[in-house]
Amino acid sequence: MTQYFLCFVLFCVGLYGMLAKRNLVKIILGLVVAEAAVNLLFVLVAYRTGAFAPIVEAGGGPTRMVDPLPHALVLTAIVIGLATTALMIAIAMRIYAHYGTYDIEEVRELKG
Amino acid sequence: MEKSEKPPLERREEAGMTVVVKTVTRLTVGLIFLYGWYIVVHGHLTPGGGFVGGIILALSFVHLTLAFGRDAAEATLPARVTGLVEGLGALLFVGIALLGFLGGVFFRNFLPKGEPFALFSAGIVPPANIAICLKVGAGLFSVFLALVFFRFDWERRK
Amino acid sequence: MMVDVLLILMIVGAIIALEVKNLLSAVVAVGTVGLVLSLVFLLLQAPDVAITQLAVEIITVILLIRATLRLELPQSPLISRPVGILTGLCFAAVFLILLVPGLKELPAFGSPTLRVAQTYLDQGLADTGAANLVASVLLDYRAYDTLGEATVLFAAVIGVLTVLRAQGRKGKQVSKGAEHGEE
Repeated sequence: MTQYFLCFVLFCVGLYGMLAKRNLVKIILGLVVAEAAVNLLFVLVAYRTGAFAPIVEAGGGPTRMVDPLPHALVLTAIVIGLATTALMIAIAMRIYAHYGTYDIEEVRELKG
Repeated sequence: MEKSEKPPLERREEAGMTVVVKTVTRLTVGLIFLYGWYIVVHGHLTPGGGFVGGIILALSFVHLTLAFGRDAAEATLPARVTGLVEGLGALLFVGIALLGFLGGVFFRNFLPKGEPFALFSAGIVPPANIAICLKVGAGLFSVFLALVFFRFDWERRK
Repeated sequence: MMVDVLLILMIVGAIIALEVKNLLSAVVAVGTVGLVLSLVFLLLQAPDVAITQLAVEIITVILLIRATLRLELPQSPLISRPVGILTGLCFAAVFLILLVPGLKELPAFGSPTLRVAQTYLDQGLADTGAANLVASVLLDYRAYDTLGEATVLFAAVIGVLTVLRAQGRKGKQVSKGAEHGEE
């Protein structure tokens, strides 16, 4: 139980970083931390006490294995997270090249 | 910059990092490349698979680029070839999926399964791993090239 | 027990990453969070996921350092927005308080329900011939998800290459002075 709770605390730290920070790079870092927390939750749900990695060994190895389905989903999610982080960094660099700052208060064009 | 002649020796020596880094890179970059292929090809027997192998292959080229500068990276793997390899990997993966129609449904495992724990076994899993590795590796390397060689000369907006 | 300690280390690293003023130190701290996460994956008996997380974290840190190095950053630190701080803290408090009864519904840590996965574990080797059961799930039982992932990666790479190019479609410069060195 405490493992799940700490995982959600990590997610809230990342979410706080996305909501409260003014620097674009800090917002991107908050998203990276939140994605790490979500992937961690999947792998935590898949764990089985006393079990081993889901790889069958030649010549008979342990047969009690952890759940392989969340591992496959998390593998995909990690690579997609890398792709979206790269796209966010590209957009942030373009914003810096255009405005000269990473401060989101100064890059607004629609002032209401 | 003219592409037909190599830049003079002084400029080649200043590009990239120091001599220590360049020597160590010459020793290790081949090993990293081989390790990436090992992880891809044995994806159905040991942990790993196409995604990690592709990322490690891209990291070997990133290592080369960071240590030797841009000209050496362009000589080893030009940007257009990287784009072609990525498209080739994606087409190969979809092609394997469509060939599953030979067995009846989309993505059916139609190649023979072989005996377990052998290198040539498990149906479409090894060719699909290789296709994914080409796609992910080439895609990540072109993203790296685009991000690192982007120049920040900006003009302040009024 | 070990997993708890490493999770607390990750939370401390994440808080340091968000609060420190120097951007390069923040990127290094996020790299630490990712590496400790890879260790946690290894302790939870997930070697595929651990290798992937390690490689992805290395490349994320390289790209983030590229975005933050050699910039003329303003010397005065930016003060966070008060509305944002209040919203973030209130949401976190409400979320965590309402989470505790919700966590009781989850299966206990260490005994998953395994409704579909028991079939994958029992018949994975016989159905697909692959010894790595995660690879058999990823590329045989659930290959359609992998096709979707390849599509998302392709779209993201096209997006990055389009955002960072120098010339627009009609041949004019996109913004004066920003040049993409690729030819």
